[in-house]
Amino acid sequence: MTQNYLENLATERSETAITDYKPRFTDLQAVAEANRCLYCHDAPCIQVCPTEINIPEFIHRIASGNLKGSARTILDSNILGLSCASVCPVEVLCVGSCVYNHMQIKPIEIGRLQRYATEYAYEKGIQFYKKGPDTGKKVALIGAGPASLACAAQLAIMGHNPVIFERHTLPGGLNTTGVAPYKLRADTSLREVAYIQEIGVEIRTGVAVGSDVSFADLEAQYDAIFIGAGLGPDSFLDVPGEDKEGVFGALEVIEALKLTQFPAEKYPNAVVVGGGNTALDVVRELRKLGVPNVTMVYRRGEAQMSGYAHEMAAARQEGVQFQFLALPVEYVGEAHVSAVRCVKMALGEPDASGRRSPEPVAGSEFELPANLVALATGQGKLTELFGKISQLELNRGRVVVNAVGQTSNPKYFAGGDCVNGGKEVVNAAAEGKHAAFGIDAYLKEGN
Amino acid sequence: MADLTSNLAGIKSPNPFWLASAPPTNSGDQIMRAFEAGWGGAVWKTLGDPIVNVSSRYGGMDYNGTKMAGFNNIELITDRPLEVNFKEMAEVKKRFPNHAVISSLMVETKAEWKEIIKRSVDAGCDGLELNFGCPHGMCERGMGSAVGQEPKVLEEITSWAVEYSSVPVIVKLTPNVSEIVPPGLAAMRGKAHAVSLINTIKSVIGVDLDRMVPLPYVGGKSSNGGYCGPAVKPIALRMVGDLARHPQFNIPISGIGGVSNWRDAAEFILMGATNVQVCTAVMHYGFRIVEDMIEGLSNYMDEKGFKTIDEMVGLASRNFTEWGELDLNFKVVADIDASKCIECQLCYIACWDGAHQCIHLHEHDTRVPYVDQEHCVGCNLCSLVCPVPGCISMKEIDQGKGFMNWKQYQEQLAAQA
Repeated sequence: MTQNYLENLATERSETAITDYKPRFTDLQAVAEANRCLYCHDAPCIQVCPTEINIPEFIHRIASGNLKGSARTILDSNILGLSCASVCPVEVLCVGSCVYNHMQIKPIEIGRLQRYATEYAYEKGIQFYKKGPDTGKKVALIGAGPASLACAAQLAIMGHNPVIFERHTLPGGLNTTGVAPYKLRADTSLREVAYIQEIGVEIRTGVAVGSDVSFADLEAQYDAIFIGAGLGPDSFLDVPGEDKEGVFGALEVIEALKLTQFPAEKYPNAVVVGGGNTALDVVRELRKLGVPNVTMVYRRGEAQMSGYAHEMAAARQEGVQFQFLALPVEYVGEAHVSAVRCVKMALGEPDASGRRSPEPVAGSEFELPANLVALATGQGKLTELFGKISQLELNRGRVVVNAVGQTSNPKYFAGGDCVNGGKEVVNAAAEGKHAAFGIDAYLKEGN
Repeated sequence: MADLTSNLAGIKSPNPFWLASAPPTNSGDQIMRAFEAGWGGAVWKTLGDPIVNVSSRYGGMDYNGTKMAGFNNIELITDRPLEVNFKEMAEVKKRFPNHAVISSLMVETKAEWKEIIKRSVDAGCDGLELNFGCPHGMCERGMGSAVGQEPKVLEEITSWAVEYSSVPVIVKLTPNVSEIVPPGLAAMRGKAHAVSLINTIKSVIGVDLDRMVPLPYVGGKSSNGGYCGPAVKPIALRMVGDLARHPQFNIPISGIGGVSNWRDAAEFILMGATNVQVCTAVMHYGFRIVEDMIEGLSNYMDEKGFKTIDEMVGLASRNFTEWGELDLNFKVVADIDASKCIECQLCYIACWDGAHQCIHLHEHDTRVPYVDQEHCVGCNLCSLVCPVPGCISMKEIDQGKGFMNWKQYQEQLAAQA
């Protein structure tokens, strides 16, 4: 009996209080927007989509009233089309490449149209896929995030028998625990997981590969293994006071508000450290949950931020305060943090990434009141875990793969954040699906 | 400021914008509101022996989200008593003496024509329009397009009307004929003072995909209707132009068929119409559209230096000719302005799949397509599909050859043989 993980999800969750920032189109809105699409040849929007969804075709189908065909067009390319519709940074991908931008006309809202079509299929219970004729081959997948889900779905369609191992109690990876709720809620992520389970994908949650089950066991029982384990836990800065109550990793905070009731009212002053999209997600979420003073602290300047400009603009509009060119040096307080002591920074010479590296300014220390600190300074790598796999080549903690997603250990394939270092859900979906074809070829060679 | 006053065969109106005989002219109240909104004239909903209508009656053809690009109806002539119509007509004329009120008529026998014409003239109408065009319902009873399709019958009934009428007679022609000239000339022989065209085109507007019944739906069945609206304009322009350029045809034309704005009106006038009649656009948006029609036409006339409508009439139809008269040596080729291109490549796919394979893509660096101008046949398709105005222009190429039409070309071939 397939586990329905929606039943394991708490109904009282902070995320449900956060409004959808790109709500689903009504029927009228969808058709009006679909009719605006120029139906470009070899469209630029397709070319920038990592999963190469035939966007003009699915939009054309919305306009003609062929919603079923529209959803199929999307899901054929990207089985995670439902979550990607809401999670994708479309402003820098498909929507950003829409030719209307060249005309100074509002580009097509591709994400919202994709959401409209995929939600239609989900609501109507339309399952386009089924398990292919059984090949008798078993594939283990590590981690139930987007990469493994996309890989497993494709493997099942090919007739293989995928089994996903997930250490968390809920599957879906960051789609379930880490995506800002104004983009995607955990229940939607779990609905997508259920859709993939239906195709013939088995998921075992609460099982940590490397400790609960050994790699040797997997190698003995499975014909191939896919690593879709993502990244490690939140990185900390290694400054005094990090063990105080109220100092969290950013993903910890996001997971707490997505899966539980997060006591935002306990934190009148929040400081979020970092300049990337995770930092922007957290500051926006805290503001939406009613935290009055939310300050983002970033060691470089606004121009050097890796977070998207459209997210930054939204955060500013929502009342987030920014402290650029500052770095925490100590978390002050008794048992619970009460302030963050920062030092001002100045930009020096460009570093290896080409960005000017920040240098502390002597004697410039100041304190920001904070009862909550969230560190969005990146995630660690799973170097220790991957060290247990023989002959697995890593590069700065990332799993190295060839053109078909195969690692230096031929039985292992990999995709997603553990390979690309942390990109979008749609990249993981593309890499996972791509690896499935590599695994399929590998399994056939083995015959 | 241009003079927009109109005179169609002696029927004067403040501007050339009339309401066609249709639901917007069903009652005196509507027509008075239309005149207040700015309409210059109105052709009354066709009068005759009152009929019974069905429900439903109209159908729309939408295209890519545009509502009613085409429209059809299976409604018949007036279903209100004649005495009420004539009473209202007299009242409209009394309150709007300077506006044109035309009585549209459709009856069967000579005696009936005599009677209804007398009542129309007595009510004060400025002209008559003989409805020889309606292609649904009434034609099954020997009226409407059944008359318009038979030049001899048309001529005869026209001559009756002219005999009985003291006001100008307009014959409304049906487009449901293979050629429009024979019925047009028949109207002239019957001494009509003007013609109006086109009436609606026999049509089925669509099919209900769930009930498997054509539209509009009437209790599980449907029937052919009359097609009109923006989509019929090209058919109407051709028919108006055919009459306007015909050497024997020399009575005024009231242009009808998809006129929705001042541009359409200007096109009809340039193709030989003296005025225009409008229906579908009013059924869609109401009488208020006439304000822009008046202002837009006036601005256009000022810009082009026309002082009166008459100066415009037929300026384009004189350049409307047989294919065989066209210059085979005139040559245009597509020219893409890369600075305006938005890289949608619709020109490429249209040319490649739908035309003459003369637009190509670069292998690298740019998505802007290029034209093989040596082989480009100058068909226009790329410039028609391009969403950016002015991006693809059709550039004239001087081939250094003089004018040569088809006949001359055949002569040249014969001489070479």
